Amino acid sequence: MNGIWLDFERPIVELKKKIEELKGLKGVEDEIERLETQVEKLEKRIYSNLSRWQRVQLARHPRRPYSLDILNIITEDFIEMHGDRRFGDDPAIVAGITKLDKYSVAIVAQQKGRDTKAKIKRNFGMPHPEGYRKAIRIMEMAAKFNIPIITLVDTPGAYPGVGAEERGQSEAIATNLFKCAILPVPIIVLIIGEGGSGGALAIAVGDRILMLENAIYSVISPEGCASILWRDASKNKEAAEALKITAQDLSKFNIIDEVVPEPIGGAHMDFELTAKNIKKALLRNLKELLKIPVDELVSLRIKKFQNMGVYKE
Amino acid sequence: MWFKKKVKAKPEEKLKLPDGLWTKCETCGEILYRKELEKNLWICPKCNFHFRINCHNYISLLLDNATLDEQDKNLESLDPLGFPNYKKKLKAAKEKTNMNEGVVYGFAKIDGIPIVFAAMDFAFIGGSMGSVIGEKIARAIRAAQKKEIPLIILSASGGARMQEGILSLMQMAKTSAELAILAQKRIPYISILTHPTTAGVMASYASLGDIIITEPGALLGFTGARVAEQTIGEKFPPGLQRSESLLAHGMVDLVVSRKDLRNTLIKIMNIICKREKLPAK
Repeated sequence: MNGIWLDFERPIVELKKKIEELKGLKGVEDEIERLETQVEKLEKRIYSNLSRWQRVQLARHPRRPYSLDILNIITEDFIEMHGDRRFGDDPAIVAGITKLDKYSVAIVAQQKGRDTKAKIKRNFGMPHPEGYRKAIRIMEMAAKFNIPIITLVDTPGAYPGVGAEERGQSEAIATNLFKCAILPVPIIVLIIGEGGSGGALAIAVGDRILMLENAIYSVISPEGCASILWRDASKNKEAAEALKITAQDLSKFNIIDEVVPEPIGGAHMDFELTAKNIKKALLRNLKELLKIPVDELVSLRIKKFQNMGVYKE
Repeated sequence: MWFKKKVKAKPEEKLKLPDGLWTKCETCGEILYRKELEKNLWICPKCNFHFRINCHNYISLLLDNATLDEQDKNLESLDPLGFPNYKKKLKAAKEKTNMNEGVVYGFAKIDGIPIVFAAMDFAFIGGSMGSVIGEKIARAIRAAQKKEIPLIILSASGGARMQEGILSLMQMAKTSAELAILAQKRIPYISILTHPTTAGVMASYASLGDIIITEPGALLGFTGARVAEQTIGEKFPPGLQRSESLLAHGMVDLVVSRKDLRNTLIKIMNIICKREKLPAK
């Protein structure tokens, strides 16, 4: 049990509590068994019919695995690199090189903090321009040495503060989009939690775009959309529905290539299993991409983004 | 009753100036004679505030013979998300602007030099970029790649279009990818930023010009001041996101008055495009 439950999980929690209570008693084995099958059925029903807003809650779950949790399980000898060589080092983005099985890869990942201290250090996963500049520095280095790139996306958005504006948040994001489009190495993007608009996209231009089952990816947060559209940020549920921000939605729009399954109840229920699924998906895609000649890879990547958009001619 | 009831003008009607004759400056509050203002290219003679003008005004102002050979005029937005009220919004914007979408692009000349020119129009749903604007900007860039002629994009936009969700966000990647190819071909791209250019457009093609020119006093930035205050409680100091501040922070090359915009472009184009050939080896 993880101790933090979302509102829609209440029926499951209550049933589980009942089972715990019965466990001390004698002669109720049949009753326990009956209740356990009931829990299983209930879990299946609830988690396979999640609304968009419920997925937002899972994507933002305080116990959800963050980038470093996943990297610690799936990689060996992760060497973290620091700084953009221009202004500073941004702890909201973690970047470096490592091995994924036998494959050398560069990692660029957005990192949230678990406790208050870590949250502040990581700026709630909201990068500054120097974070994006560090990201592209490491990606260009990887390209220089023919090392494929894996990015993990998990941010509410790029930091919207004064310093970020002064140091060119827009320019930093734009430059990453511009450069990643033609980097001559495979790039795999995995959205693990929140894909918050331009702040996510700045490290999400790649050959394959994967999403965890309960991750979200959106042009604007449901709250932001609700406050613009209905002048009422509390209409976030309606906004989440209207914006169509789940992995399942994006799959239908052909924006993402693959949905990576999570354990029942969400990624936070089992880090190991989540990481295992992620590693499997990353390796499979990596092997496929490594077979494609680089020129072809880049032109396929450009074509992929050229095809995005729905309009009438 | 045999006598006519006296009709008294309501107080607000008395104050209302006859439509089209006078305009109040948004910044300094000066009441300006509309015809004079028009002659002054919609620049306030008192405080130099550049009023918003539409894309057709810029075509007349900047291009030889005020002429744009417009391409892909018929591209129209759909409603891929089934977003509340989006269709209605599109219809109203079309009626208001007499345009199919918030950008025009095509072939033109500046001082006889052939270029591809695109101009956004803020009047069409805040110049917000959905699939059509993204596609037309991408096609403009492709036209410049194909004909190997310089590209000028004039931006005016509140950002990505919420009503097309993730598809709007992807237009940032699409347009930036096309610019990467343009840069590989070493074809010049001049980005002109007008009031306002923010968020998704600012964080993609608008910020990627080889040369970035802005009009004075334009609001330019990533995040809106209101959003910053609501989300992180930070108050932007006045002027933080104005052209002059971006110039001071090294984010743009030139702040140019609308009156000098065409001349500046002519000078730049002549230097970049009409040059001595360097020896090949």
